[in-house]
Amino acid sequence: MPLDSKIPSGPLEEKWEKHKFESKLINPANRRKFEIIIVGTGLAGASAATALGEMGYKVKCFCYQDSPRRAHSIAAQGGINAAKNYQNDGDSVYRLFYDTIKGGDFRSREANVHRLAEVSAAIIDQCAAVGVPFAREYGGLLANRSFGGAQVSRTFYARGQTGQQLLLGAYSGLSKQIADGNVQMFYRTEMLEVVLVDGHAKGIVVRDLASGEVSSHAADTVVLATGGYGNVFYLSTNAKGCNVTATWRAHKKGAFFANPCFTQIHPTCIPVSGEYQSKLTLMSESLRNDGRVWAPKRKEDVAKRPQDIPEADRDYFLERKYPSFGNLAPRDISSRSAKEVCDEGRGVGPGGLGVYLDFAESIGRLGEATIRERYGNLFEMYENITGEDAYHQPMRIFPAVHYTMGGLWVDYNLMSNVPGLHVLGEANFSDHGANRLGASALMQGLADGYFVLPYTIGNYLATTGGKKVTTDHPEFKKAEEAVRERTSKLLGIRGKRTVDSFHRELGLLIWDKCGMARTKKGLTEALKKIPALREEFWENVAVTGTGAELNQALEKAGRVADFLEFGELMCIDALKRNESCGGHFREEYQTADGEAKRDDTKFAYVSAWEYSGKLDKPTLHKEPLVYEKVHLATRSYK
Amino acid sequence: MNFTLKVWRQKSANASGSLQDYAATDIPAEASFLEMLDIVNEGLLEKGEESIAFDHDCREGICGSCSLVINGVAHGPKRGTTCQVYMRNFKDGDTIFIEPFRGRAFPIVKDLIVNRSALDRIIQAGGFISARTGSAPDANSIPISKADADLAMDAAACIGCGACVAACPNSSSMLFTSAKVSHLGLLPQGQPENRRRVLKMVQQMDDEGFGNCSNHYECEAVCPAAIPATFITRLNREYSAAAVAASAVGVK
Repeated sequence: MPLDSKIPSGPLEEKWEKHKFESKLINPANRRKFEIIIVGTGLAGASAATALGEMGYKVKCFCYQDSPRRAHSIAAQGGINAAKNYQNDGDSVYRLFYDTIKGGDFRSREANVHRLAEVSAAIIDQCAAVGVPFAREYGGLLANRSFGGAQVSRTFYARGQTGQQLLLGAYSGLSKQIADGNVQMFYRTEMLEVVLVDGHAKGIVVRDLASGEVSSHAADTVVLATGGYGNVFYLSTNAKGCNVTATWRAHKKGAFFANPCFTQIHPTCIPVSGEYQSKLTLMSESLRNDGRVWAPKRKEDVAKRPQDIPEADRDYFLERKYPSFGNLAPRDISSRSAKEVCDEGRGVGPGGLGVYLDFAESIGRLGEATIRERYGNLFEMYENITGEDAYHQPMRIFPAVHYTMGGLWVDYNLMSNVPGLHVLGEANFSDHGANRLGASALMQGLADGYFVLPYTIGNYLATTGGKKVTTDHPEFKKAEEAVRERTSKLLGIRGKRTVDSFHRELGLLIWDKCGMARTKKGLTEALKKIPALREEFWENVAVTGTGAELNQALEKAGRVADFLEFGELMCIDALKRNESCGGHFREEYQTADGEAKRDDTKFAYVSAWEYSGKLDKPTLHKEPLVYEKVHLATRSYK
Repeated sequence: MNFTLKVWRQKSANASGSLQDYAATDIPAEASFLEMLDIVNEGLLEKGEESIAFDHDCREGICGSCSLVINGVAHGPKRGTTCQVYMRNFKDGDTIFIEPFRGRAFPIVKDLIVNRSALDRIIQAGGFISARTGSAPDANSIPISKADADLAMDAAACIGCGACVAACPNSSSMLFTSAKVSHLGLLPQGQPENRRRVLKMVQQMDDEGFGNCSNHYECEAVCPAAIPATFITRLNREYSAAAVAASAVGVK
């Protein structure tokens, strides 16, 4: 089956305008006749539900949390990019577009990224209008900062809580639509199946997490805005509930999964301190502006107190390897360098998995008060978690999984290869290529929900989407039966090993073999171990209680069962991609000085995997990445 | 470290609940409070017993899911969310009482999980600015003084956890409501709907069964987002102004 990305013809700068004009419209009076299901209420889902509700569609919206306001977009700290050029520093739609393409290591789709940059300015206007309290200057105008290595200041922020404020903005719009009766909200409800009728996505099967009741919902189209799959690693900066279930179930119903091996490891997280650990906490990257990253030069020094290691015995490895970017080298490069140091046995802290982020020099130069003013809340957070005072001893940091660039394959209309199934935000694959730039995730979520899907959804609804179905259709009964069967299977095992224990083992395996650096050997090994672990899971997992009640062990078991399948696809994808690019570093493919070696002649394509019925033999479809405007170049941060 | 836990167990909304004893043994001091509960739950599941249900998600203090009353204090011994409490804040051998966020408007779902959707309904009653997507003017066309923007941000920082309700002897949600009313009311964009918003949100608060503020300040003391009770003063003032205006000109 050929992949049609439906990229409009014409010059890059005119594609979106042209496409909007050529897209089908639905008459306002007719919109109420169309029902839309939206799963997920993060930035993408909440903004889509709001915009579509305002337009007059009948929307049903679902979230697994007890309130839509708790979706994990809420945790984003840094900011949101927009090509406003408010700072008069030479920013433009083209520059934002170019930076995003380059940051993604030339593995994203040009037309989608250009559209993202085009709508970015309207996002800021919209958010300000609904009351997002962005940082301001004394003159009352919006403040900006430079973020993630960008050479212009285009990042808008609300203290260190930008994601929270943007999500609350989208949530307030959603709340109005709920009050107005345009959106029906389902809280604590998890999607467990997508229902296809004659090949079109026409509904979902969900489980009410409070009562355990399984039910069907039919609509004219289904929108998944269910976030990323970072929790396949068990330890990540994701919320505990983040999962791959919705996208994975859609995948098993025919939706292609694109670039699953593209994940982002964030360099500045608080290291793991023990096996009991349930999550990793990110500390804003801004710390690297004033902190120097180092590790002991000699293995023998790792157990010493950092203050007892003299300057001459310290290796400021980022400054040494990347003199021009130094401690501000991009996320993938900084993370990998820290891993190398630890692999050499020079890591510090529990398990030797950490490097120092030292503020002594900045405190000496600027004074403690200045550092406290800049990063006080982060130092406090660090002390709360580790019990250590970073004003007087260096912080310990280590990379952690933060974001997943891969996701369900979508065309220019944000529709997957399954007609009627739309995918937004982190759940799709389209905009960030092999590496996402800082402050771009929030931008993409809101772009998709507020300003892209509302225009493109009409193309489906007005043309092929006309057929109405109800939940009486046998496909719904079949899907419900599948959910019930799976639930009773999980409950019937009554094994000895907890879900978390399986999840931890899977996570560690994926982290080791498909994390910051991958090898053919390691991936092949993981591909042997994952199916064995999956088999053990289905024989020995301990899930107690019943399905007819709130049962958190059962919820987790269902999600981990899906991760155990998904992890295999991730490794298959990583093994197939014989090049290094962005967050995907294959050790066999590096330059003489240890940098990523991309292979544009063989791998300038999107891997879109089709479920073949056999987990170990998915079918690969390739969408060639054709760059009409941008010249492919090698990233250099030396 | 070892602890004796006294945990509220309640099978379902309508079942009766009670405090049950659990031993939490060999807990690392570096573990968080919720990780301690994870360890206890792992043990229960391995024995074939049902795990203790509690709400949690981001575990970094921002989503507002976690909601435990620890030794009688909403979110426990340190000001912050439950997920940011660490076992090193306790003494080895301590007995720890763990209960849900109680309140008339927060019915228990199971064990330590309560239904806080009443807070969502307060927002739905008016906690928004009606600005249709796509109709916004340029963001810089409405300058806002830094002081107002900062104060609005102080209020907007509310994470909607409901600790204020759990801590209040009257189970009042005034701090929550006042934070949203203040956040939007301090901004010029929020002015057109301001009076209507205040009246509707307060009405909803009453309809949900939340009590009134009688100046105990317990809410402020437990609020993880450090929302000050002075916002309640602002709410009262806004409410009076709106109510007077409503009776004079019939604001609806």
